[in-house]
Amino acid sequence: MGRNLFDKVWDLHKVRTLESGQDQLFIGLHLIHEVTSPQAFQMLEDRGLTVRFPERTFATVDHIVPTKAQARPFGDSLAEQMMLALEENTKKYNIEFFDLSSGKQGIVHIIGPELGLTQPGMTIACGDSHTSTHGAFGAIGFGIGTSQIRDVLASQCMAISRPKVRRIQVNGTLADGVYAKDIILKIIADLGVKGGLGYAYEYAGPAIHELSMEGRMTICNMSIEGGARVGYVNPDETSYEYIRGRQYAPDGEDFDQAIAFWNSIASDEDARYDDVYTLDANSLSPMVTWGINPGQAISVDDHMPSVSEMQPEQQEVARKAYRHMEFDEGQAIRGTQIDVAFLGSCTNSRISDLREAASIVKGRTVKSGVKAFVVPGSMQIARQAREEGLMQIFEDAGFEWRGAGCSMCLGMNPDKLQGREICASSSNRNFIGRQGAPGGRTLLMSPAMVAAAAITGEVTDVRELKQRASEPAHA
Amino acid sequence: MSNHVFKVEGRAIPIRGNDIDTDQIIPARFMKCVTFDGLGEYAFFDVRFDDQGNGKDHPFNEEKYQGASILLVNSNFGCGSSREHAPQALAKWGIKAVVGESYAEIFAGNCVAMGIPAIELSHEAVEEIIRLVEEDPSLELTLLVREQVVQLGRRTFEGFIPPAYRNSLTQGTWDSTSVLLDAPEDIDKVAARLPYVSGF
Ligand code: SF4
Repeated sequence: MGRNLFDKVWDLHKVRTLESGQDQLFIGLHLIHEVTSPQAFQMLEDRGLTVRFPERTFATVDHIVPTKAQARPFGDSLAEQMMLALEENTKKYNIEFFDLSSGKQGIVHIIGPELGLTQPGMTIACGDSHTSTHGAFGAIGFGIGTSQIRDVLASQCMAISRPKVRRIQVNGTLADGVYAKDIILKIIADLGVKGGLGYAYEYAGPAIHELSMEGRMTICNMSIEGGARVGYVNPDETSYEYIRGRQYAPDGEDFDQAIAFWNSIASDEDARYDDVYTLDANSLSPMVTWGINPGQAISVDDHMPSVSEMQPEQQEVARKAYRHMEFDEGQAIRGTQIDVAFLGSCTNSRISDLREAASIVKGRTVKSGVKAFVVPGSMQIARQAREEGLMQIFEDAGFEWRGAGCSMCLGMNPDKLQGREICASSSNRNFIGRQGAPGGRTLLMSPAMVAAAAITGEVTDVRELKQRASEPAHA
Repeated sequence: MSNHVFKVEGRAIPIRGNDIDTDQIIPARFMKCVTFDGLGEYAFFDVRFDDQGNGKDHPFNEEKYQGASILLVNSNFGCGSSREHAPQALAKWGIKAVVGESYAEIFAGNCVAMGIPAIELSHEAVEEIIRLVEEDPSLELTLLVREQVVQLGRRTFEGFIPPAYRNSLTQGTWDSTSVLLDAPEDIDKVAARLPYVSGF
């Protein structure tokens, strides 16, 4: 029987088996940011250790960066202090740092692929749970905690047990107005937020391979919301075309040789999996979360579920969700009024996301009373969006255009929900308090759905707006 | 000080609920820090205090649970972000072990990396222990790592700690840096065989 990509990449990077039974795994690319690295550098220092492979380590700043007033020193002295720590550490240990002056700063999971750092067949670690994003290229990305960041800085390795591999086969084709985000929200709704515990997810099948790299990144990004630490897609022509010509990508003859290597690590036709789950993309419609975890998602045409019909272990968190959201069982999700529309985060703030959203927004205006804003994932995306005229479309419609960063995906910078606001968000977590206000309420959906909600002021089926846009205007 | 973690003894504090995420354990705004010191006071902050900073109904606020060192939880505890700030905040508050139904993977890994055992018990066992502790918060619990059991008075509850975690706790290798640095040639060998490191 053949081998899957996960096992091939794991074996290639395995240094040895440790006494504990875990494997020592070499990490090919280590990405760091300001929130989870300072304590790790401190631990290194306390032990008199140094960074073993600084040339395989890259830094950026994203979580705490204000998206509006970016002049230094930052208005928030704690944020400034974190920024200074990262500047100092990267200088001291000779680590390349894509800061605000580099023109390449952005959310860590956006800039890795964008710079060509992320490549198939790599092991990648970062002190952030959405490191699974990089799996879209056929790499194995692990989110790690600070003690493990210390390990990787010191040894370029981590101690880890090999998970099982589940293939998630997505057949069929997505209908117009249905996106990668809807696929992953559906997977999490079906398998549950802990369904992936102990597994790495291989996303496969025609619907996955028809996706752009951006779409694949959206899916891999949210693996962790379904409990799987790792998610990946086998590399193909789409991956290679994306990588070609990027700053850190191999070039010339090296590129051809790289393709041979990348092809060799892809899962064999007859590869073995510990489990297989199949989904039909034809039947998917836009998904929206109604609750307080990403698994509490339904189709936009659906009504909110009845607690008594749920699995017993889901009932308590569902009741908690209804209390927090102040929604009622059986209520339609469509028509839910929103206060804020947030287009951003490492899940959905790439150029294709902005293009899709702009195509909905074009020639329309944001509903009065709704605060709508766009936060591109990186400075490079921001530049491209400006050049393509997307920024203008958003601004004309009444969206605010911001600088790159994590922004309202989490409450660590000035962008926060207020009070009980309801936010239509293209991000990945709807946990209580996630967007910075303990009473804030988050509805996760695709960027196009966020755009539609911004225009109508309520949860709307984006397919309706698409249809109206394509109909000839009647006088 | 020995690095071996064989057992943890102490009083327990129950936090009921499935899928308690790291944003609840430590809200992101308190992660604006360059050290973990002082995180203890922000553990569960938003469920402990209202907008005005008044204490709410929460075990971490209750007098009878102060000084407890074993956290009792239900299933999928610690899901969400990879922030070690979550177990660090719990540890700084005084937690030395976790007893629960199941844990998110990165959270469990972070606990071990800090030398904190997290044992998995059945739903019924966890509920029973929580019931007993709520009845009498002065009860002392003992978690034995190698034996994978929780003892409470004369009762013994059998559980599970993944073998690699159990080993690294009892062998004292949970602080993995020195172990990983132990094989410098092997690390170089792997680096050399990776085409993207050594050149395509
Ligand atoms: S955008 Fe959100 S999920 Fe992504 S790295 Fe930033 S805070 Fe984390």
